[in-house]
Amino acid sequence: MKKVGGLSDIILKTEGVGVTYQESIVALKNVSLNVPTAKLTAILGPSGCGKTTLLKVIAGLIEPTKGKVIVGGKEIIGPGPDRALVFQDFALLPWATVLQNVAFGLRARGVPKKEREETSLHYIRQVGLLGFEDKYPHQLSGGMRQRTGLARALTINSDILLMDEPFSAVDEQMRRKLQEDLLKLLKIESKTVIFVTHSIEEAVYLADQVVILSGRPGSIADIVYPEIDRLGEVDLIRRQPGYIELVDEIWSSLKRYVE
Amino acid sequence: MLNSDLSKFKTLIQLFAFGKLMRTSPFWSLIFWAGVWELIGQMGWMDLLPPLSGIWFAFAELLEQSAFWDAFAMTARTFSIGLGLSIVVGIPIGILIGISKRADKILSIWVNLFLSAPITAVIPALMPILGIGDATVIATVILFSIWVVIIDTQAGVTHVKDSLVEMGRIFGCSRLNIIFWIVIPAAMPEIITGVRLSVVRAVKGVIVGQIVIALIGFGGLFNTYLSYFLMERFWALIIVVFIMSFTIIGLVELLERRIAFYANTR
Ligand SMILES: Nc1ncnc2c1ncn2[C@@H]1O[C@H](COP(=O)(O)OP(=O)(O)OP(=O)(O)O)[C@@H](O)[C@H]1O
Ligand SMILES: [Mg+2]
Repeated sequence: MKKVGGLSDIILKTEGVGVTYQESIVALKNVSLNVPTAKLTAILGPSGCGKTTLLKVIAGLIEPTKGKVIVGGKEIIGPGPDRALVFQDFALLPWATVLQNVAFGLRARGVPKKEREETSLHYIRQVGLLGFEDKYPHQLSGGMRQRTGLARALTINSDILLMDEPFSAVDEQMRRKLQEDLLKLLKIESKTVIFVTHSIEEAVYLADQVVILSGRPGSIADIVYPEIDRLGEVDLIRRQPGYIELVDEIWSSLKRYVE
Repeated sequence: MLNSDLSKFKTLIQLFAFGKLMRTSPFWSLIFWAGVWELIGQMGWMDLLPPLSGIWFAFAELLEQSAFWDAFAMTARTFSIGLGLSIVVGIPIGILIGISKRADKILSIWVNLFLSAPITAVIPALMPILGIGDATVIATVILFSIWVVIIDTQAGVTHVKDSLVEMGRIFGCSRLNIIFWIVIPAAMPEIITGVRLSVVRAVKGVIVGQIVIALIGFGGLFNTYLSYFLMERFWALIIVVFIMSFTIIGLVELLERRIAFYANTR
């Protein structure tokens, strides 16, 4: 594996980001990271190492104690329309239908009802939920809820999609299906994706760049660039030469942080 | 020998069946105790307790009196105004305490203090300030009912999932939009519980307020009937007040079941 410094243009970078909770809990330390445009970046690391914290800093939900996040050359000061987040626990409004949930982001922007429902239905179809737009979240399976969250994030058409363990709350088969669907979707919609995961396999399967964080306080331990050809059929990705070796390589660099 | 055993057994079964009937049907239980009351009243053991049949006639008389309807109107008026103010003021205060740590620090102690304080003791102190009339009764209703609205609203607001609020921020909602589109609907089941409990407390407040003041509304009537020893009317009035309270509380529970349908889907 060669280490590619400039995969392509850099859309987002963090510079020396550090986060300290309650003046004593150091969650992140000196994280400097380049995120290439229109690629998938995975953040991998042991439990409690600060993955969610890093993603929330990038999303603008948490102000870093040290350092900064730069998007398109400008330092961010909070959440913005250039970044959408898909939540680990879906964060759907239980009293709203799928359509209303998906349209929430557009509603917040003051898009008129007819227009926002049209756009929402487009993305509901794209994530494969057509026919479920009038259902409530509690009537859906975990996988369908996550698709709803994804559709909501897609509606605002941001360049960057942030996902916090997007597939961890669903079962193994559903996870594979969602992963495949995500790759298919990204062939249609050109997006920069940063996602957090626990799974080495998932990281290698999906990502162009895998950022490995050390145990708490999280700092970058290693960055790996799986050179896997994703242009062909999704099924073939797992069978490519080097796939298993890469999983092993990441595991050996991650192992020492896992007690 | 065997025969008497058998009959004993029979009465036991009958007693058992009777007890079961009473337990399963509140209607039969009511009839039974009404019968007991009538019997005790007829025997005339206690001057304070006239037979139930007598009360029934007093009930009819009561409904013909303009004093009764004046008291009724006053009760309805003070109850609605007091409860309305409790809800309209209590919910925003609860939301404020729920979202602002500073407001929580300043206000929460007082709310918790008043929630369990014996409000009845405060009423005599209100009279010289607010006078003997609607204002004092309204104040009593508020003092009885507002705290539980505040506490329950606050509980609802603080239990709203962080991720829902973060979701609002991610999509660029203003603070006000987050409150109205996310926090309030998410806290709605608790808010409704608070409102229901406050209705129960307001019912107590409106009656207790009038009785402590003892010169106006139902309190005045109770006082008059007792001092002229009109026990039938006294009891009839008590029954009217009970029926009124149960009706209102029953209505609220019905409403709660309708509105809070999504409480268990969270
Ligand atoms: N609001 C907070 N206040 C205090 N400490 C926090 C807070 N949020 C997170 N932490 C701590 O910071 C550390 C990093 O948390 P974070 O949630 O970012 O880890 P993570 O890598 O996402 O963990 P997981 O794999 O379990 O999701 C943890 O030790 C956690 O206990
Ligand atoms: Mg996490």
